[in-house]
Amino acid sequence: MTTAIDVKGLRKSYGSLEAVRSVDLEIAAGEVFALLGPNGAGKTTIVEILEGYRRRDAGTVSVLGFDPARRERALKQRIGIVLQSTGVEQFLTVAEVIEMYRGYYPAPRPLDEIIDVVGLNEKRDDRVKTLSGGQQRRLDVAIGLAGDPELLFLDEPTTGFDPGARRRMWDAVKNLVSLGKTIFLTTHYMDEAQELANRVAVISAGRIVAEGPPRSIAGREMSHTIVRFRLPERARALPRSLKSSVPATDGRVQIEAADPVKVLHELTGWALEKGVTLEELEVARPTLEDVYLKLTAGEAEAAE
Amino acid sequence: MSDVALALRQVKYENRSFWRNPASAFFTFVFPIMFMIIFNLIFGNSKYSPFGSNATVSQFYTPALMAFSIITACYTNIAMGVVFARENGILKRMRGTPLPPWVYLAARIAVSVMVTVLLVVIIGVFGRVFYHVKLPGVRTLPALVVALVVGAATFCAIGLAMTSFVPNVDAAPAVVNATIFPLLFISDVFIPIQGNGVLTHIAAIFPVKHLSNAVIAAYNPHTVGTGFKGKDLAIMGAWGAAALIMALRRFRWEPRAQS
Repeated sequence: MTTAIDVKGLRKSYGSLEAVRSVDLEIAAGEVFALLGPNGAGKTTIVEILEGYRRRDAGTVSVLGFDPARRERALKQRIGIVLQSTGVEQFLTVAEVIEMYRGYYPAPRPLDEIIDVVGLNEKRDDRVKTLSGGQQRRLDVAIGLAGDPELLFLDEPTTGFDPGARRRMWDAVKNLVSLGKTIFLTTHYMDEAQELANRVAVISAGRIVAEGPPRSIAGREMSHTIVRFRLPERARALPRSLKSSVPATDGRVQIEAADPVKVLHELTGWALEKGVTLEELEVARPTLEDVYLKLTAGEAEAAE
Repeated sequence: MSDVALALRQVKYENRSFWRNPASAFFTFVFPIMFMIIFNLIFGNSKYSPFGSNATVSQFYTPALMAFSIITACYTNIAMGVVFARENGILKRMRGTPLPPWVYLAARIAVSVMVTVLLVVIIGVFGRVFYHVKLPGVRTLPALVVALVVGAATFCAIGLAMTSFVPNVDAAPAVVNATIFPLLFISDVFIPIQGNGVLTHIAAIFPVKHLSNAVIAAYNPHTVGTGFKGKDLAIMGAWGAAALIMALRRFRWEPRAQS
Protein backbone atom coordinates (compact mmCIF):
# COMPACT_ATOMS: atom_id res chain seq x y z
CA MET A 1 0.00 0.00 0.00
CA THR A 2 1.43 3.37 -0.94
CA THR A 3 1.61 6.15 1.59
CA ALA A 4 -0.14 9.39 0.69
CA ILE A 5 0.79 11.41 3.75
CA ASP A 6 3.63 10.76 6.16
CA VAL A 7 4.19 13.05 9.13
CA LYS A 8 6.80 12.53 11.82
CA GLY A 9 7.50 14.65 14.89
CA LEU A 10 5.53 17.64 13.60
CA ARG A 11 5.68 20.71 15.83
CA LYS A 12 4.33 24.21 15.46
CA SER A 13 4.11 27.08 17.93
CA TYR A 14 2.58 30.53 17.68
CA GLY A 15 4.58 32.60 20.10
CA SER A 16 4.41 30.79 23.43
CA LEU A 17 1.40 28.71 22.37
CA GLU A 18 2.33 25.20 21.27
CA ALA A 19 -0.39 24.46 18.72
CA VAL A 20 1.05 21.13 17.54
CA ARG A 21 3.26 19.06 19.87
CA SER A 22 5.05 16.24 18.12
CA VAL A 23 2.40 14.68 15.91
CA ASP A 24 2.96 11.52 13.82
CA LEU A 25 0.52 10.52 11.10
CA GLU A 26 0.59 8.02 8.29
CA ILE A 27 -2.22 7.90 5.77
CA ALA A 28 -2.37 5.31 3.02
CA ALA A 29 -3.53 6.04 -0.51
CA GLY A 30 -7.28 5.51 -0.82
CA GLU A 31 -7.90 5.97 2.87
CA VAL A 32 -10.50 8.34 4.31
CA PHE A 33 -8.82 9.76 7.36
CA ALA A 34 -10.50 12.05 9.86
CA LEU A 35 -8.64 14.31 12.24
CA LEU A 36 -11.09 14.89 15.01
CA GLY A 37 -10.90 17.40 17.80
CA PRO A 38 -12.50 20.42 19.41
CA ASN A 39 -11.90 23.97 18.16
CA GLY A 40 -8.37 25.12 18.86
CA ALA A 41 -6.95 21.61 19.20
CA GLY A 42 -4.57 22.13 16.28
CA LYS A 43 -6.53 20.55 13.41
CA THR A 44 -6.37 23.49 11.05
CA THR A 45 -2.72 24.13 11.83
CA ILE A 46 -1.88 20.55 10.86
CA VAL A 47 -3.99 20.53 7.70
CA GLU A 48 -2.62 23.91 6.59
CA ILE A 49 0.94 22.67 7.07
CA LEU A 50 0.09 19.68 4.87
CA GLU A 51 -1.45 22.00 2.27
CA GLY A 52 1.62 24.23 2.23
CA TYR A 53 0.01 27.35 3.71
CA ARG A 54 1.91 27.26 6.99
CA ARG A 55 5.47 26.39 7.84
CA ARG A 56 6.34 23.83 10.47
CA ASP A 57 8.80 24.43 13.29
CA ALA A 58 10.11 20.85 13.36
CA GLY A 59 9.49 17.38 12.01
CA THR A 60 9.27 15.82 8.57
CA VAL A 61 6.24 16.06 6.31
CA SER A 62 5.70 14.21 3.06
CA VAL A 63 2.58 14.68 0.93
CA LEU A 64 2.53 12.43 -2.16
CA GLY A 65 6.32 12.36 -1.81
CA PHE A 66 6.67 16.17 -1.75
CA ASP A 67 7.54 18.55 1.05
CA PRO A 68 4.49 20.86 0.99
CA ALA A 69 6.47 23.77 2.51
CA ARG A 70 8.22 24.14 -0.87
CA ARG A 71 4.87 24.94 -2.51
CA GLU A 72 5.78 23.13 -5.71
CA ARG A 73 3.43 23.36 -8.64
CA ALA A 74 3.82 19.62 -9.31
CA LEU A 75 2.30 18.90 -5.90
CA LYS A 76 -0.50 21.44 -6.24
CA GLN A 77 -1.51 19.78 -9.50
CA ARG A 78 -2.21 16.55 -7.64
CA ILE A 79 -4.04 17.76 -4.55
CA GLY A 80 -7.37 19.46 -3.98
CA ILE A 81 -7.89 21.84 -1.08
CA VAL A 82 -11.19 22.70 0.54
CA LEU A 83 -10.40 25.36 3.11
CA GLN A 84 -12.55 26.49 5.99
CA SER A 85 -15.01 29.18 4.96
CA THR A 86 -13.52 30.72 1.86
CA GLY A 87 -15.27 32.96 -0.62
CA VAL A 88 -15.66 32.41 -4.33
CA GLU A 89 -16.02 34.85 -7.21
CA GLN A 90 -19.58 36.01 -6.46
CA PHE A 91 -20.64 37.07 -9.91
CA LEU A 92 -19.70 33.98 -11.90
CA THR A 93 -22.06 31.03 -12.28
CA VAL A 94 -21.43 27.66 -10.65
CA ALA A 95 -20.36 26.16 -13.98
CA GLU A 96 -18.13 29.13 -14.83
CA VAL A 97 -16.31 29.01 -11.50
CA ILE A 98 -15.63 25.27 -11.74
CA GLU A 99 -14.56 25.70 -15.37
CA MET A 100 -12.18 28.51 -14.37
CA TYR A 101 -10.50 26.34 -11.74
CA ARG A 102 -10.41 23.33 -14.08
CA GLY A 103 -8.23 25.37 -16.39
CA TYR A 104 -5.41 25.51 -13.83
CA TYR A 105 -4.81 21.77 -13.89
CA PRO A 106 -3.16 19.53 -16.50
CA ALA A 107 -5.78 16.76 -16.32
CA PRO A 108 -9.01 18.18 -14.91
CA ARG A 109 -12.09 16.13 -14.13
CA PRO A 110 -14.99 16.62 -16.58
CA LEU A 111 -17.23 19.53 -15.56
CA ASP A 112 -20.50 17.60 -15.64
CA GLU A 113 -19.06 14.85 -13.47
CA ILE A 114 -17.92 17.35 -10.85
CA ILE A 115 -21.31 19.07 -10.73
CA ASP A 116 -22.94 15.66 -10.45
CA VAL A 117 -20.73 14.46 -7.59
CA VAL A 118 -21.55 17.48 -5.44
CA GLY A 119 -25.20 17.55 -6.48
CA LEU A 120 -25.36 21.08 -7.85
CA ASN A 121 -27.00 20.22 -11.19
CA GLU A 122 -29.98 22.46 -10.59
CA LYS A 123 -27.77 25.39 -9.65
CA ARG A 124 -25.35 24.95 -12.52
CA ASP A 125 -26.14 28.23 -14.29
CA ASP A 126 -26.93 30.30 -11.23
CA ARG A 127 -24.56 32.91 -9.92
CA VAL A 128 -22.56 31.97 -6.85
CA LYS A 129 -24.06 34.75 -4.75
CA THR A 130 -27.52 33.17 -5.02
CA LEU A 131 -26.39 29.88 -3.43
CA SER A 132 -27.26 28.88 0.13
CA GLY A 133 -24.51 28.27 2.68
CA GLY A 134 -24.66 24.53 2.16
CA GLN A 135 -24.61 24.88 -1.63
CA GLN A 136 -21.60 27.23 -1.45
CA ARG A 137 -19.79 24.67 0.66
CA ARG A 138 -20.52 21.96 -1.91
CA LEU A 139 -19.21 24.34 -4.55
CA ASP A 140 -16.03 24.56 -2.45
CA VAL A 141 -15.76 20.79 -2.70
CA ALA A 142 -16.44 20.99 -6.45
CA ILE A 143 -13.56 23.46 -6.84
CA GLY A 144 -11.35 21.15 -4.78
CA LEU A 145 -12.19 18.39 -7.25
CA ALA A 146 -11.59 20.48 -10.37
CA GLY A 147 -8.10 19.11 -10.99
CA ASP A 148 -9.16 15.49 -10.37
CA PRO A 149 -6.82 15.29 -7.36
CA GLU A 150 -5.42 12.07 -5.91
CA LEU A 151 -5.65 13.60 -2.46
CA LEU A 152 -8.36 15.90 -1.19
CA PHE A 153 -8.19 17.99 1.99
CA LEU A 154 -11.55 18.81 3.56
CA ASP A 155 -11.28 21.23 6.47
CA GLU A 156 -14.49 21.14 8.52
CA PRO A 157 -16.81 20.69 5.56
CA THR A 158 -20.11 20.86 7.47
CA THR A 159 -19.51 23.31 10.32
CA GLY A 160 -22.65 25.39 10.85
CA PHE A 161 -24.90 23.24 8.65
CA ASP A 162 -28.47 22.21 9.30
CA PRO A 163 -29.02 18.42 9.36
CA GLY A 164 -30.31 18.26 5.78
CA ALA A 165 -27.35 20.16 4.38
CA ARG A 166 -24.96 17.94 6.35
CA ARG A 167 -26.57 14.85 4.93
CA ARG A 168 -26.17 16.17 1.37
CA MET A 169 -22.52 17.06 2.01
CA TRP A 170 -21.90 13.58 3.40
CA ASP A 171 -23.45 12.09 0.28
CA ALA A 172 -21.08 14.21 -1.82
CA VAL A 173 -18.07 13.03 0.21
CA LYS A 174 -19.19 9.40 -0.06
CA ASN A 175 -19.31 9.85 -3.82
CA LEU A 176 -15.67 10.93 -3.67
CA VAL A 177 -14.79 7.85 -1.67
CA SER A 178 -16.32 5.70 -4.38
CA LEU A 179 -13.98 7.45 -6.84
CA GLY A 180 -11.05 6.09 -4.86
CA LYS A 181 -9.70 9.42 -3.64
CA THR A 182 -7.57 9.74 -0.55
CA ILE A 183 -9.38 12.11 1.77
CA PHE A 184 -7.97 14.01 4.73
CA LEU A 185 -10.92 15.30 6.70
CA THR A 186 -10.91 17.51 9.75
CA THR A 187 -14.03 17.83 11.83
CA HIS A 188 -15.22 18.45 15.33
CA TYR A 189 -18.27 16.28 14.83
CA MET A 190 -17.94 12.74 16.10
CA ASP A 191 -20.81 11.45 13.96
CA GLU A 192 -19.24 12.94 10.85
CA ALA A 193 -16.00 11.05 11.42
CA GLN A 194 -17.96 7.90 12.21
CA GLU A 195 -20.05 8.26 9.06
CA LEU A 196 -17.28 9.06 6.60
CA ALA A 197 -13.87 7.94 7.79
CA ASN A 198 -12.29 4.52 7.90
CA ARG A 199 -9.66 5.80 10.32
CA VAL A 200 -9.85 8.51 12.95
CA ALA A 201 -7.25 10.32 15.02
CA VAL A 202 -8.47 12.34 17.98
CA ILE A 203 -6.41 15.43 18.67
CA SER A 204 -6.47 17.38 21.88
CA ALA A 205 -4.26 20.34 22.77
CA GLY A 206 -1.91 19.64 19.88
CA ARG A 207 -1.42 15.93 20.59
CA ILE A 208 -2.96 12.80 19.07
CA VAL A 209 -4.70 11.13 22.02
CA ALA A 210 -6.32 8.20 20.20
CA GLU A 211 -6.15 6.69 16.77
CA GLY A 212 -7.84 3.83 14.93
CA PRO A 213 -10.97 2.79 13.03
CA PRO A 214 -14.01 4.67 14.39
CA ARG A 215 -15.59 1.53 15.89
CA SER A 216 -12.53 0.39 17.79
CA ILE A 217 -11.08 3.74 18.73
CA ALA A 218 -9.89 3.56 22.28
CA GLY A 219 -11.18 -0.02 22.28
CA ARG A 220 -11.03 -0.73 26.00
CA GLU A 221 -13.20 2.23 26.85
CA MET A 222 -15.74 1.24 24.24
CA SER A 223 -15.99 -2.22 25.78
CA HIS A 224 -17.17 -0.75 29.07
CA THR A 225 -20.85 -0.46 29.79
CA ILE A 226 -22.26 2.61 31.41
CA VAL A 227 -24.94 2.40 34.09
CA ARG A 228 -26.70 5.66 34.88
CA PHE A 229 -29.37 6.45 37.45
CA ARG A 230 -30.60 9.21 39.72
CA LEU A 231 -30.34 8.82 43.50
CA PRO A 232 -33.06 10.37 45.62
CA GLU A 233 -31.67 13.28 47.64
CA ARG A 234 -32.03 11.63 51.03
CA ALA A 235 -30.75 8.22 49.92
CA ARG A 236 -27.84 6.64 51.75
CA ALA A 237 -24.39 6.58 50.26
CA LEU A 238 -23.68 3.88 47.71
CA PRO A 239 -21.83 0.78 48.89
CA ARG A 240 -18.07 0.94 48.48
CA SER A 241 -17.98 -1.64 45.66
CA LEU A 242 -19.95 0.83 43.50
CA LYS A 243 -17.75 3.79 44.38
CA SER A 244 -16.13 4.07 40.96
CA SER A 245 -19.13 6.13 40.02
CA VAL A 246 -18.85 9.67 38.66
CA PRO A 247 -21.69 12.17 38.26
CA ALA A 248 -22.99 12.40 34.70
CA THR A 249 -23.51 15.83 33.16
CA ASP A 250 -27.22 15.76 33.93
CA GLY A 251 -26.67 15.13 37.66
CA ARG A 252 -27.20 11.40 37.49
CA VAL A 253 -24.73 8.90 38.89
CA GLN A 254 -22.72 7.17 36.21
CA ILE A 255 -20.85 3.90 36.69
CA GLU A 256 -18.46 2.48 34.13
CA ALA A 257 -18.60 -1.25 34.34
CA ALA A 258 -16.32 -3.81 32.76
CA ASP A 259 -18.72 -6.49 34.02
CA PRO A 260 -22.21 -4.94 33.93
CA VAL A 261 -24.03 -8.07 35.16
CA LYS A 262 -22.13 -8.03 38.42
CA VAL A 263 -22.51 -4.30 38.92
CA LEU A 264 -26.24 -4.36 38.21
CA HIS A 265 -26.72 -7.29 40.55
CA GLU A 266 -24.99 -5.42 43.36
CA LEU A 267 -26.74 -2.18 42.63
CA THR A 268 -30.26 -3.51 42.40
CA GLY A 269 -29.68 -5.78 45.41
CA TRP A 270 -28.58 -2.78 47.41
CA ALA A 271 -31.51 -0.69 46.24
CA LEU A 272 -34.12 -3.36 47.07
CA GLU A 273 -32.61 -3.99 50.47
CA LYS A 274 -32.51 -0.30 51.41
CA GLY A 275 -35.76 0.59 49.69
CA VAL A 276 -34.10 3.13 47.37
CA THR A 277 -35.74 3.93 44.04
CA LEU A 278 -33.24 4.22 41.20
CA GLU A 279 -34.91 6.79 39.00
CA GLU A 280 -34.10 6.95 35.30
CA LEU A 281 -32.02 3.78 35.50
CA GLU A 282 -30.31 3.18 32.19
CA VAL A 283 -27.74 0.71 30.92
CA ALA A 284 -25.90 1.73 27.75
CA ARG A 285 -22.83 1.10 25.67
CA PRO A 286 -20.72 4.25 25.43
CA THR A 287 -21.05 6.07 22.13
CA LEU A 288 -18.03 7.32 20.26
CA GLU A 289 -19.18 10.72 21.40
CA ASP A 290 -18.68 9.69 25.05
CA VAL A 291 -15.18 8.46 24.30
CA TYR A 292 -14.38 11.62 22.38
CA LEU A 293 -15.63 13.85 25.18
CA LYS A 294 -13.57 11.88 27.67
CA LEU A 295 -10.44 12.02 25.53
CA THR A 296 -10.70 15.75 24.99
CA ALA A 297 -12.07 16.62 28.43
CA GLY A 298 -8.80 17.97 29.82
CA GLU A 299 -8.54 20.56 27.12
CA ALA A 300 -12.16 21.66 27.37
CA GLU A 301 -11.73 22.29 31.10
CA ALA A 302 -8.49 24.16 30.55
CA ALA A 303 -10.18 26.35 27.94
CA GLU A 304 -13.12 27.26 30.14
CA MET B 1 -1.29 25.55 -21.06
CA SER B 2 1.48 28.09 -20.94
CA ASP B 3 1.44 30.72 -18.22
CA VAL B 4 0.67 33.43 -20.77
CA ALA B 5 -2.30 31.46 -22.09
CA LEU B 6 -3.41 30.94 -18.49
CA ALA B 7 -3.18 34.68 -17.90
CA LEU B 8 -5.28 35.48 -20.96
CA ARG B 9 -7.85 32.94 -19.86
CA GLN B 10 -7.89 34.47 -16.38
CA VAL B 11 -8.44 37.93 -17.91
CA LYS B 12 -11.63 36.58 -19.48
CA TYR B 13 -13.01 35.53 -16.09
CA GLU B 14 -11.86 38.63 -14.22
CA ASN B 15 -13.38 40.81 -16.93
CA ARG B 16 -16.69 38.96 -16.64
CA SER B 17 -16.66 39.34 -12.86
CA PHE B 18 -15.92 43.05 -13.16
CA TRP B 19 -18.81 43.90 -15.45
CA ARG B 20 -21.31 41.74 -13.59
CA ASN B 21 -20.53 43.43 -10.27
CA PRO B 22 -22.80 46.47 -10.14
CA ALA B 23 -20.66 48.20 -7.52
CA SER B 24 -17.41 47.97 -9.44
CA ALA B 25 -19.03 48.69 -12.79
CA PHE B 26 -20.78 51.75 -11.39
CA PHE B 27 -18.09 53.32 -9.25
CA THR B 28 -15.31 52.59 -11.69
CA PHE B 29 -17.01 53.08 -14.99
CA VAL B 30 -19.99 55.38 -14.53
CA PHE B 31 -18.32 57.79 -12.10
CA PRO B 32 -15.91 59.50 -14.52
CA ILE B 33 -18.62 59.90 -17.15
CA MET B 34 -21.02 61.25 -14.56
CA PHE B 35 -18.45 63.78 -13.34
CA MET B 36 -17.79 64.79 -16.95
CA ILE B 37 -21.46 65.68 -17.37
CA ILE B 38 -21.82 67.36 -13.96
CA PHE B 39 -18.71 69.54 -14.21
CA ASN B 40 -19.58 70.63 -17.72
CA LEU B 41 -23.13 71.47 -16.63
CA ILE B 42 -21.88 73.50 -13.69
CA PHE B 43 -18.95 75.28 -15.30
CA GLY B 44 -19.67 74.89 -19.03
CA ASN B 45 -21.22 78.30 -19.55
CA SER B 46 -18.83 80.29 -17.43
CA LYS B 47 -16.35 82.58 -19.12
CA TYR B 48 -13.68 81.25 -16.81
CA SER B 49 -11.05 79.09 -18.44
CA PRO B 50 -8.22 77.38 -16.64
CA PHE B 51 -6.09 77.67 -19.79
CA GLY B 52 -6.55 81.42 -20.20
CA SER B 53 -7.84 82.89 -23.42
CA ASN B 54 -9.29 81.00 -26.36
CA ALA B 55 -10.12 77.89 -24.37
CA THR B 56 -13.17 76.41 -22.65
CA VAL B 57 -13.66 74.71 -19.31
CA SER B 58 -14.36 71.50 -21.18
CA GLN B 59 -10.86 71.60 -22.57
CA PHE B 60 -9.66 71.25 -19.00
CA TYR B 61 -12.19 68.65 -17.81
CA THR B 62 -11.71 66.27 -20.71
CA PRO B 63 -8.06 65.41 -19.86
CA ALA B 64 -8.61 65.95 -16.10
CA LEU B 65 -11.28 63.26 -16.09
CA MET B 66 -9.07 61.00 -18.19
CA ALA B 67 -6.64 61.24 -15.27
CA PHE B 68 -9.51 60.50 -12.90
CA SER B 69 -10.40 57.43 -15.00
CA ILE B 70 -6.93 56.03 -14.42
CA ILE B 71 -7.25 56.59 -10.70
CA THR B 72 -10.67 55.01 -10.37
CA ALA B 73 -10.02 52.07 -12.72
CA CYS B 74 -6.51 51.31 -11.49
CA TYR B 75 -6.06 52.56 -7.95
CA THR B 76 -9.56 52.35 -6.47
CA ASN B 77 -10.66 49.27 -8.36
CA ILE B 78 -7.53 47.25 -7.61
CA ALA B 79 -7.21 48.31 -3.98
CA MET B 80 -10.86 47.51 -3.22
CA GLY B 81 -11.09 44.40 -5.37
CA VAL B 82 -7.90 42.79 -4.10
CA VAL B 83 -8.74 43.52 -0.45
CA PHE B 84 -12.16 41.95 -1.02
CA ALA B 85 -10.62 38.90 -2.71
CA ARG B 86 -8.04 38.57 0.06
CA GLU B 87 -10.42 38.92 3.00
CA ASN B 88 -12.90 36.50 1.44
CA GLY B 89 -10.18 33.91 1.01
CA ILE B 90 -10.25 33.99 -2.80
CA LEU B 91 -6.53 34.78 -2.93
CA LYS B 92 -5.80 32.01 -0.44
CA ARG B 93 -7.81 29.53 -2.48
CA MET B 94 -6.00 30.59 -5.65
CA ARG B 95 -2.67 30.02 -3.92
CA GLY B 96 -3.65 26.42 -3.26
CA THR B 97 -4.03 25.76 -7.00
CA PRO B 98 -1.22 25.35 -9.54
CA LEU B 99 -2.03 28.81 -10.96
CA PRO B 100 1.06 30.99 -10.44
CA PRO B 101 0.01 33.84 -8.11
CA TRP B 102 1.41 36.50 -10.46
CA VAL B 103 -0.94 35.31 -13.20
CA TYR B 104 -3.95 36.08 -11.06
CA LEU B 105 -2.72 39.58 -10.19
CA ALA B 106 -1.64 40.25 -13.76
CA ALA B 107 -5.12 39.38 -14.97
CA ARG B 108 -6.73 41.78 -12.52
CA ILE B 109 -4.31 44.52 -13.60
CA ALA B 110 -5.02 43.78 -17.26
CA VAL B 111 -8.75 44.22 -16.68
CA SER B 112 -8.11 47.54 -14.92
CA VAL B 113 -6.00 48.73 -17.84
CA MET B 114 -8.65 47.65 -20.36
CA VAL B 115 -11.30 49.57 -18.43
CA THR B 116 -8.99 52.59 -18.32
CA VAL B 117 -8.47 52.53 -22.07
CA LEU B 118 -12.20 52.26 -22.65
CA LEU B 119 -12.90 55.16 -20.29
CA VAL B 120 -10.23 57.38 -21.82
CA VAL B 121 -11.63 56.79 -25.29
CA ILE B 122 -15.21 57.41 -24.13
CA ILE B 123 -14.23 60.64 -22.38
CA GLY B 124 -12.21 61.82 -25.36
CA VAL B 125 -15.10 61.14 -27.74
CA PHE B 126 -17.62 62.59 -25.29
CA GLY B 127 -15.63 65.82 -25.05
CA ARG B 128 -15.25 66.01 -28.81
CA VAL B 129 -18.91 65.31 -29.62
CA PHE B 130 -20.72 67.22 -26.88
CA TYR B 131 -18.27 69.92 -25.87
CA HIS B 132 -16.30 70.45 -29.08
CA VAL B 133 -12.99 69.64 -27.39
CA LYS B 134 -10.50 68.87 -30.13
CA LEU B 135 -8.63 65.59 -29.74
CA PRO B 136 -4.87 66.05 -29.37
CA GLY B 137 -3.09 66.21 -32.72
CA VAL B 138 -0.11 64.12 -33.78
CA ARG B 139 2.13 66.67 -32.10
CA THR B 140 0.98 66.01 -28.52
CA LEU B 141 -0.70 62.61 -28.90
CA PRO B 142 2.48 60.61 -28.03
CA ALA B 143 2.85 62.64 -24.82
CA LEU B 144 -0.77 61.84 -23.91
CA VAL B 145 -0.28 58.13 -24.51
CA VAL B 146 2.93 58.06 -22.47
CA ALA B 147 1.29 59.98 -19.61
CA LEU B 148 -1.63 57.52 -19.59
CA VAL B 149 0.65 54.47 -19.66
CA VAL B 150 2.95 55.70 -16.87
CA GLY B 151 -0.10 56.80 -14.91
CA ALA B 152 -1.86 53.44 -15.24
CA ALA B 153 1.28 51.53 -14.20
CA THR B 154 1.86 53.83 -11.24
CA PHE B 155 -1.67 53.75 -9.91
CA CYS B 156 -1.97 49.97 -10.33
CA ALA B 157 1.18 49.61 -8.23
CA ILE B 158 -0.11 52.06 -5.62
CA GLY B 159 -3.41 50.16 -5.50
CA LEU B 160 -1.60 46.88 -4.83
CA ALA B 161 0.61 48.49 -2.18
CA MET B 162 -2.41 50.09 -0.52
CA THR B 163 -4.05 46.67 0.06
CA SER B 164 -1.45 45.97 2.74
CA PHE B 165 -2.65 49.02 4.70
CA VAL B 166 -6.31 47.99 4.62
CA PRO B 167 -7.07 45.58 7.48
CA ASN B 168 -10.48 44.33 6.31
CA VAL B 169 -13.31 44.74 3.83
CA ASP B 170 -15.23 47.18 6.03
CA ALA B 171 -12.27 49.54 6.16
CA ALA B 172 -11.56 49.37 2.42
CA PRO B 173 -13.87 52.12 1.10
CA ALA B 174 -12.87 54.46 3.93
CA VAL B 175 -9.13 53.97 3.55
CA VAL B 176 -9.12 53.95 -0.24
CA ASN B 177 -11.39 56.98 -0.67
CA ALA B 178 -9.95 59.00 2.20
CA THR B 179 -6.48 58.72 0.70
CA ILE B 180 -7.49 59.73 -2.81
CA PHE B 181 -10.37 62.22 -2.61
CA PRO B 182 -8.54 65.11 -0.95
CA LEU B 183 -5.85 64.76 -3.59
CA LEU B 184 -8.39 64.77 -6.39
CA PHE B 185 -9.65 68.14 -5.14
CA ILE B 186 -6.23 69.79 -4.81
CA SER B 187 -4.53 68.23 -7.81
CA ASP B 188 -6.25 69.83 -10.81
CA VAL B 189 -8.62 66.94 -11.32
CA PHE B 190 -12.00 68.05 -9.99
CA ILE B 191 -11.15 71.74 -9.72
CA PRO B 192 -8.54 73.65 -11.71
CA ILE B 193 -6.25 75.21 -9.11
CA GLN B 194 -4.85 78.62 -9.92
CA GLY B 195 -1.86 80.29 -8.37
CA ASN B 196 0.84 78.97 -6.14
CA GLY B 197 -0.79 78.51 -2.73
CA VAL B 198 -0.02 76.03 0.02
CA LEU B 199 -2.35 73.41 -1.50
CA THR B 200 -0.38 73.44 -4.72
CA HIS B 201 2.79 72.71 -2.76
CA ILE B 202 1.13 69.88 -0.85
CA ALA B 203 -0.33 68.46 -4.05
CA ALA B 204 3.12 68.55 -5.68
CA ILE B 205 4.35 65.92 -3.21
CA PHE B 206 1.79 63.34 -4.35
CA PRO B 207 1.45 61.56 -7.70
CA VAL B 208 -2.10 62.68 -8.61
CA LYS B 209 -1.01 66.23 -9.43
CA HIS B 210 1.76 64.95 -11.68
CA LEU B 211 -0.61 62.62 -13.48
CA SER B 212 -3.06 65.43 -14.19
CA ASN B 213 -0.23 67.78 -15.22
CA ALA B 214 1.12 65.27 -17.71
CA VAL B 215 -2.26 64.35 -19.17
CA ILE B 216 -3.63 67.90 -19.31
CA ALA B 217 -0.53 69.24 -21.08
CA ALA B 218 -1.44 67.29 -24.21
CA TYR B 219 -4.86 68.97 -24.28
CA ASN B 220 -3.75 72.49 -23.40
CA PRO B 221 -3.99 74.64 -26.55
CA HIS B 222 -1.07 76.73 -25.25
CA THR B 223 1.29 73.78 -24.98
CA VAL B 224 4.37 74.37 -27.04
CA GLY B 225 6.23 71.42 -28.55
CA THR B 226 5.40 67.77 -27.92
CA GLY B 227 3.86 68.26 -24.48
CA PHE B 228 6.07 65.72 -22.72
CA LYS B 229 6.24 66.53 -19.00
CA GLY B 230 9.49 64.81 -18.05
CA LYS B 231 9.58 65.99 -14.44
CA ASP B 232 5.96 64.98 -13.76
CA LEU B 233 6.50 61.59 -15.38
CA ALA B 234 9.65 61.04 -13.33
CA ILE B 235 8.01 61.90 -9.99
CA MET B 236 4.97 59.78 -10.82
CA GLY B 237 7.21 56.90 -11.91
CA ALA B 238 9.16 57.16 -8.65
CA TRP B 239 5.92 56.79 -6.72
CA GLY B 240 5.05 53.79 -8.87
CA ALA B 241 8.42 52.14 -8.29
CA ALA B 242 8.27 52.76 -4.54
CA ALA B 243 4.73 51.36 -4.43
CA LEU B 244 5.79 48.28 -6.36
CA ILE B 245 8.63 47.59 -3.92
CA MET B 246 6.25 48.06 -1.02
CA ALA B 247 3.67 45.77 -2.61
CA LEU B 248 6.30 43.07 -3.16
CA ARG B 249 7.44 43.30 0.46
CA ARG B 250 4.12 43.68 2.24
CA PHE B 251 1.52 41.94 0.08
CA ARG B 252 -0.65 39.45 1.97
CA TRP B 253 -2.48 36.53 0.33
CA GLU B 254 -4.44 35.43 3.35
CA PRO B 255 -7.17 37.12 5.35
CA ARG B 256 -6.18 38.58 8.69
CA ALA B 257 -5.79 35.56 10.99
CA GLN B 258 -9.09 34.35 12.34
CA SER B 259 -9.40 33.66 16.07
